[in-house]
Amino acid sequence: MSNVFEISDLDLFYGNFQALKKVNMDVPERQVTAFIGPSGCGKSTLLKTLNRMNDAIEGVKITGQVLLRGSDIYQGMDVSKLRKRVGMVFQNPNPFPLSVFDNIAYGPRTYGIRNKSKLQGIVEHSLKKAAIWDEVKDRLNKSALSLSGGQQQRLCIARALAAEPEVLLMDEPTSALDPISTLRIEDLVMELKQDLSVIIVTHNMQQAARIADQTAFFLHGEVIEYESTEQMFHLPKDPRTQDYITGRFG
Amino acid sequence: MNKRRDAVVKALMVLSTAAACAVLVWILSFIMANGLSHITKDFLSSLVPQLITTVYLIAGTLVVALPIGVGTAIYLSEYAKPGKLLSSVRFAIQCLSSIPSIIYGLFGYVLMGTMLKFGFSLVTGMFTLAVMVLPILISTTEEALMSVPQAYREGSWALGAGRLRTTMRIVLPTALPGVITAAILSIGRIVGETAAVYLTVGTSLKVPTNLLSSGRTLSVHLYLLAKEAITPDAFSEAYATATLLIFVVLGINLLVRLTTRWKKG
Repeated sequence: MSNVFEISDLDLFYGNFQALKKVNMDVPERQVTAFIGPSGCGKSTLLKTLNRMNDAIEGVKITGQVLLRGSDIYQGMDVSKLRKRVGMVFQNPNPFPLSVFDNIAYGPRTYGIRNKSKLQGIVEHSLKKAAIWDEVKDRLNKSALSLSGGQQQRLCIARALAAEPEVLLMDEPTSALDPISTLRIEDLVMELKQDLSVIIVTHNMQQAARIADQTAFFLHGEVIEYESTEQMFHLPKDPRTQDYITGRFG
Repeated sequence: MNKRRDAVVKALMVLSTAAACAVLVWILSFIMANGLSHITKDFLSSLVPQLITTVYLIAGTLVVALPIGVGTAIYLSEYAKPGKLLSSVRFAIQCLSSIPSIIYGLFGYVLMGTMLKFGFSLVTGMFTLAVMVLPILISTTEEALMSVPQAYREGSWALGAGRLRTTMRIVLPTALPGVITAAILSIGRIVGETAAVYLTVGTSLKVPTNLLSSGRTLSVHLYLLAKEAITPDAFSEAYATATLLIFVVLGINLLVRLTTRWKKG
């Protein structure tokens, strides 16, 4: 089994505050990897390091290495190309105030695809993959903002998939959604891993237990434990992991 | 005790709102009552040059000011890093808006009219008024840009789009209603401006034939009628011109709103 990401000795500072401390982690291909931990533990920060979304924040300093299939994403890799390969879904659904079609086509158009029928093919394919095609196929020209919250989030997943990424980063994608929408997205994630790697940050430990192949537990910017989900939830090695997953804190 | 105070405060606020509305209604009805009866076919046809000059001046000023204003607002909101430079630029823009218009007029007249030899002309007026409306154009547009949710920008960046594409495809279209409001506010300022226009575009009663022609806008005409005319019914004509001016402003507002709604739908 090969790795899609290899992270070594990663430190991240916001000004003087160290948000990530010596993170070492290999993320395997075509699996679901979950990041869990209490608020402010660095799990979202690490996620945003993987597509360089932290670059936009003032005063961020990053040292160490992040390899995407062997090439360093912080050394000589074009950010735009990186983000084509590593898609992202946010905590709150953020469809653009455009039509459903234009939302999905936004990524491909950014990469220079102009051909109408090609775009139509991509839009249909992506919406089908995100299990929302049947709900929106008759309203592709309607505003994406007219969809429900759960639909908007699946639309955002479709929008990310339209760029045909190798990795999908999901930052607490269901925390703003109702239980039924959450379930649909979890099912979707399980299906998506046939084609790509998914890294999901979640506050919800049951969610990690349900969908993740391996889980990393973060505390104060450190990876305390990282192993198969099964192992972590049954026989955690570190007492702090034990305390967290049994609900003693967090 | 608290309830009573609430009631008193509320009554006071309702009263001040009513007073503000009443003044507006009073002015409008007073002008219309005195003006409407004098709006005849002959009168309207005598105002055609002024009307055309006004429209030309609005169009010309916006052609100059909109790209500069919107461009500046985009720079301030999307590109500039927060810091001393940014806050001093903002302060300078605010200062610009508090300069009396007669000073803009004088400056425009001296620089464009005399030194650059454009004389009393549309082009002198356009550039002078463009500088004058820039502050309101920039600050209104910037506010509209800043109210675009950051999540839209992040969504666009995460799809590999750069800052320029994000701004042009997502941020600016989302902020378009705000940009249109900025343009309407600017139009109001241009239509209403008298001092600066009097000193730059001049008072010629002919229809301007090119950018170097002088002309007389409705506001300048109104001023001249009220202040300097010697015919007995000049004041009635002034009221009638004022009425027409109000309709022009209302008409432009409606037109802009309608065209943008139509474009969105």
